[in-house]
Amino acid sequence: MAKNPNAAKLGEVGEEFVARSLTTKGMRVLDRNWRIKEGEIDLVVVDREGTIIFVEVKTRSSISHGDPLESINNEKAFRIQRLALAWLATHQRLGSRYRIDVAGILVARSGEFLMDYREGIL
Amino acid sequence: MTLARTISINLLGLKGEPIEIEVDVSNGLPAYSLLGLPDATLSESRDRIRAAILNSGRNWPNRKVTVSLSPAWLPKSGSAFDLPIALSILTASGQLKESDLSKAFFLGELSLEGNLRPVRGVLPTLIAARDRGVKRVIVPKENFQEAGLLKDLEVLAFSKLSHVINFLESGVRAENPTLIDAPKEVAKHDMSEVAGHIENKVALEIAAAGGHNLLMIGAPGSGKTMLAERFSTILPPLDEDEAIEVSGIHSIAGTLKDRNVLSTEPPFIAPHHSTTIPALVGGGSNLIKPGACSLAHRGVLFIDEAPECDSGLLDALRQPMESGSITISRSALTASFPARFILLLAANPCPCGRFAGRGRGCQCTSLQVRRYLAKLSGPLLDRVDIRLRVENPTRVELSTSSTERSETIRNRVIRARAIAAERFAQEPFRLNSQIPPSFLREKYRPSKDGMALLHALLDKEELSARGFHRTIRLSWSIADMIGAIVPGKAEVERALLLRSGIPGE
Repeated sequence: MAKNPNAAKLGEVGEEFVARSLTTKGMRVLDRNWRIKEGEIDLVVVDREGTIIFVEVKTRSSISHGDPLESINNEKAFRIQRLALAWLATHQRLGSRYRIDVAGILVARSGEFLMDYREGIL
Repeated sequence: MTLARTISINLLGLKGEPIEIEVDVSNGLPAYSLLGLPDATLSESRDRIRAAILNSGRNWPNRKVTVSLSPAWLPKSGSAFDLPIALSILTASGQLKESDLSKAFFLGELSLEGNLRPVRGVLPTLIAARDRGVKRVIVPKENFQEAGLLKDLEVLAFSKLSHVINFLESGVRAENPTLIDAPKEVAKHDMSEVAGHIENKVALEIAAAGGHNLLMIGAPGSGKTMLAERFSTILPPLDEDEAIEVSGIHSIAGTLKDRNVLSTEPPFIAPHHSTTIPALVGGGSNLIKPGACSLAHRGVLFIDEAPECDSGLLDALRQPMESGSITISRSALTASFPARFILLLAANPCPCGRFAGRGRGCQCTSLQVRRYLAKLSGPLLDRVDIRLRVENPTRVELSTSSTERSETIRNRVIRARAIAAERFAQEPFRLNSQIPPSFLREKYRPSKDGMALLHALLDKEELSARGFHRTIRLSWSIADMIGAIVPGKAEVERALLLRSGIPGE
């Protein structure tokens, strides 16, 4: 999606970081970068209770353009939900419990990751 | 602490309604919602507050911020909520303690830089807050002088949000402005500047003493406006409560800049004849602002070229003239403002203005002349007790310089009003112009021979019933001026002359 190769790289790094941290919490990754015409879901995981969690990952290297989470407005949130339903339909999982989370990742100069994770944004 | 609450005041007219501000910071996506029918100014507060908080070295909570102003059904307006909302957000996000927020009542608009900017209507807002038990208030520095009028409040003024935060956290006041004493007021005008017009000045003096409305008719340049502009200088000064009330109205209208907050000079308001009804009586959809007639409260409303006004404009003044206040209703709310003023009207005698003296050079037809003054409606003129013909001063009058100063006249007016106030001690009214008709016929009737004269005129149908009452009111003011206990025949005759300055009636 991102035109700038560096930005694409940054996004990938961020998604990798989120995926790893969720796995350590006992979640299982079902899908990554699932893409259809309408858009893309960064991360689909399932937790121990079987709730399917769709995660939108926003990665930035500085807050000069604001906090990463601020870029997710209502419109974007609803689009993620439509994509989530599309994913569930495609995988014959409609009717299962699901949730939409957002992870804001800030990559510091030092290479350190700062994660701001918000559950159930809708 | 994710919830913070504080109290503010929303103004409806001069009356303040308490508003509870609640701020909740919860774990959703970064968002800001403002609930409780905010108007455009208030909705824009988000961006002001956010920038101000960041530029004051604090953090904006990157979470879901919900601000609720209750009662929810009441439309709210203005930027005075900026400061209390900002401080509530800081408290709800854990950057201030809950006890800090209850240390004062807050008022002020924020600039992006984090400066506190002055707001309108500080006086009435703080009066409402004080009546609800507020002891200490924090206001923008520019509003300090105004807020300082309320002696029983501890008023702290700051010019920066960061200074307010510092004060709440540590009690250190970065700023400590002091009240400036009212500058000695130098009257811009004085009656002594007007040459001649001896009779007219006496008529103005009587109008001032009794609170009578007055109409002046005269050629352009004869001195109508000069006389009117100096009328407020012969009115008694306002007492402290009245001055605060007048400053409060001007504070809401945002015209306090033109007027010293401590001024005891009665206001003189002269709207142009092209003014609109909302500008005259007050209006506006969200924030109802006082109009010219409320700005002239306890002072003078002067309308020059009165017959040039749109029809209906002057008649809109009839209700406030009757009740001393004006109530403005809009779909969402109703506001009342006091409006007790002396109305001065000035008019040319005809459209071309030259139908005066010997009427030389007047181009108007007699029909035009008659129609011109007929634009002033009967019910309005009914409330105007004195009609004057203002003639150009003569050569002799223009060359005599020794005329009375306003102060001398004002002292006589104060004395006359004191006499009336003593007489009316048990009554609900204070001025002669306010005596109800029933009182005029019974309790406050002139002497026997004065009454006989009026009755004779009534019998000859030369005096209408309302003319009868008005003449008696006026005769009381004349009696007060000369110190007579009851108006006699001479005072009644004088009154008859004053109200018959214009043929017709």
